[in-house]
Amino acid sequence: MAEDVSNDLAAQVQQAFVEKQALYIAGSGSKLLLGRAVSAQSLAVKEHCGIVEYVPGELVITARAGTSLQELESVLAESGQMLPFEPPHLGEGATLGGTIACGLSGPRRPYAGAARDFTLGVKMINGQGEVLSFGGQVMKNVAGYDASRLMVGAQGTLGVLLAISLKVLPQPACEHTLAMEMDAATAIAMMTQLANIALPLTGACHLPATSEQAAQLWLRLSGAEEAVTAAVAFVKKQFQQRTQRAQLTYSEREKKKGDGQAGAFWRDLRERRLPFFIDTDAVWRLSLPAATPMFAEILPGACLLDWGGAQRWLKTGVSADVVQTAAQKMGGHATLFDRHGATLAPLSPALMKMHQQVKTAFDPGGILNPGRLYEGL
Amino acid sequence: MQIESPRVLANQLVTLFRQFLAVESVLSREEERRPYECDGLSVYRQLPLLVVLPETVAQVQRVLRICSEHNVPVVARGAGTGLSGGALPLADGVLLSLAKFNRILDIDLQNRCARVQPGVRNLAISEAVAAYNLYYAPDPSSQIACSIGGNVAENAGGVHCLKYGLTVHNILKLEIVTMEGERLTIGSDALDTPGFDLLALLTGSEGMLGVIVEVTVKLLPRPETVQVLLAAFDDVVKAGDAVGNIIAEGIIPAGLEMMDNPAIRAAEAFAQAGYPEDAAAILLCELDGCQQEVEVQVEQVKTVLQHCGATEVRVAASATEREKFWKGRKAAFPAVGRISPDYYCMDGTIPRHQLAKVLSGIAALSEEYSLPVANVFHAGDGNLHPLILFDASRPGELARTEEMGGRILDLCVAVGGTITGEHGVGIEKIEQMCHQFSSAELQQMHAVKAAFDPAGLLNPGKAVPTLHRCAEFGAMHVHHGEVPFPELERF
Repeated sequence: MAEDVSNDLAAQVQQAFVEKQALYIAGSGSKLLLGRAVSAQSLAVKEHCGIVEYVPGELVITARAGTSLQELESVLAESGQMLPFEPPHLGEGATLGGTIACGLSGPRRPYAGAARDFTLGVKMINGQGEVLSFGGQVMKNVAGYDASRLMVGAQGTLGVLLAISLKVLPQPACEHTLAMEMDAATAIAMMTQLANIALPLTGACHLPATSEQAAQLWLRLSGAEEAVTAAVAFVKKQFQQRTQRAQLTYSEREKKKGDGQAGAFWRDLRERRLPFFIDTDAVWRLSLPAATPMFAEILPGACLLDWGGAQRWLKTGVSADVVQTAAQKMGGHATLFDRHGATLAPLSPALMKMHQQVKTAFDPGGILNPGRLYEGL
Repeated sequence: MQIESPRVLANQLVTLFRQFLAVESVLSREEERRPYECDGLSVYRQLPLLVVLPETVAQVQRVLRICSEHNVPVVARGAGTGLSGGALPLADGVLLSLAKFNRILDIDLQNRCARVQPGVRNLAISEAVAAYNLYYAPDPSSQIACSIGGNVAENAGGVHCLKYGLTVHNILKLEIVTMEGERLTIGSDALDTPGFDLLALLTGSEGMLGVIVEVTVKLLPRPETVQVLLAAFDDVVKAGDAVGNIIAEGIIPAGLEMMDNPAIRAAEAFAQAGYPEDAAAILLCELDGCQQEVEVQVEQVKTVLQHCGATEVRVAASATEREKFWKGRKAAFPAVGRISPDYYCMDGTIPRHQLAKVLSGIAALSEEYSLPVANVFHAGDGNLHPLILFDASRPGELARTEEMGGRILDLCVAVGGTITGEHGVGIEKIEQMCHQFSSAELQQMHAVKAAFDPAGLLNPGKAVPTLHRCAEFGAMHVHHGEVPFPELERF
């Protein structure tokens, strides 16, 4: 395993704290556009890599932040396990640290849980260069404040991640993907209905119509052989009941996860590289209550639904204000991704004040990734 | 600032509170305050200065503003069933009861969530949505009485955590009021929010960061079917290995519980669950899912258990037998309370593969201190509840028990575990916090506290020890089987 450079990194942060030098925490650079640009001295953390501990029977893996996500996932796969939140890589070199710092979760998220749900503990450097550990390597742990989950999604603004312990799960024995032509409103009703029944659903996505093909609902069912077989039969029946013109366009059963065409579809969805995401300058991500009705009158444009309707990607010409206000009214929030980076939904003044106080608690000099999430944070 | 006598201060506060609270919602007489002197950890008792029972969020805000202005500490309280003294009042502080916040405000079937007030009982949520085939997953043993606000404050668990997670995994949104009286929305009705994950930070913060005034919980569809297996072993290590092997098969049981021989015998004598009393350990394994899946998994688990040397494997033949299997386990705490004048309950979590080492360590300590131990173990998630049997009427025995308990928790920390899996630190494990965390880590936690509560008035003295005062130590102390809330099942 590579050398442990924690103390080295801590010393660099300590010095930066003393010198009031802002730092940009740099991994592989795959998540550059998931936040605002930070102009600061780079703190390279990619070299701090390697799997520290992995006992498959324990369902826990601990790895350094610079560990390649690919490597981590292949080590888990060798033992028939996986990261249950199906993290997007968004680049060949994606590291575990960047994934956790950005709080990224894939299509399984609404059914299995998010990156934060599987984070058990972190070792980190705070803004004064102190090496701290929070949480641990066990599933039940209520000793002290849960500072480890707080790091997930904070994009390095509260600390430099050194190592992360994650809960992992067995890979499903089999998977089955189904697709059927239907409009978005019907798809939302269908996804809502299915989520209300204990089914082994692990993905539900609706693709908007294009000039080449009609709009489609895609569903993925994973788990024990018997559970999947029973669920597929049930879902097919529901399909037929819902529309008279039952048109099952695609059905693929995979023995092992991710082998065939269906696997490629879910990977492309996760990596935001389906045709929908190509050739676009700017795309909105709306995080909404899953059953929220479609909103074409207020927010016209092509819309792709993931997470059973809870994550919606929208290409629209309407102004940022209109999108933000609409998302908030619907009980969620919107983020704009474009070539400059990401623009998060504004926080209320009271909540922003609380964020600033939490930031100061971890990073009193304001030197870690300043402005990465919001100006002044 | 002029130092006022407590009674003068109390009278002054009563006048202020009665401007917006009904007479019966401000309790100042001693006999009215008495029921609030302790929570589920009744070995610690303290009469609060005053008790207030507001019923609107605006009233909570006014109470907190007044207390902030007068520099009076506040302890929030839900149902008072906590096991670590998190809701222990302060002599110079106001006890803020959320008991009147007992309404389910909204059930959203489309999005499978419910918006509830903090005083709503955990089980009441599942009952309210049972007709829709939904339920709220976390099931702490006190679920018939404990409130959802307290569950959030403690990040409560239960016996189904391995598969369904803790409170933090099952809530979407909180409304909180800060010590300064400001109302904040944390989280949202969507699956995530921009900015920091304050929802995770607030969960399990033991009432130190804010007062929870509303909770939006996630609801899950009920699994189609449930089955339970009971396996007996002649060696606890074999039982421990079986747990790892079940999981290595790719099976995630809904519940996986282990008891050692002293716990088995106590439970059997108390509950007549039909447990094999000569077994060194038993495992209870609950599987859920669709009919076909559960049938197959039952066979798989049976095979694993036999390969691991189980001397007997039983599959519940009916719902009644399933309940019987669970009955002994759920009665384990009161059962132990009957065979010993007193017992002392620990709550460490360990990496499961360290079980043999920890159990032999506990056995050695048991011998060294001449105090018997019964072990009850949430085996699936590594949460161990050793119950130390002692007699407080013997001089010095409580002190020796506490010392031994401390050493058990040190052992849990030494193998990579934690001092508390689900009961919280509260006042009880404040000393062990110093063993698990470095000074810098504790300082960081104090900084987090200050970010929310700069004056340090919300539940001061709990959860995170000050660096120069890592001294207090206690535990869930049960005298002659008289548990607080004896009607509750304790897992």
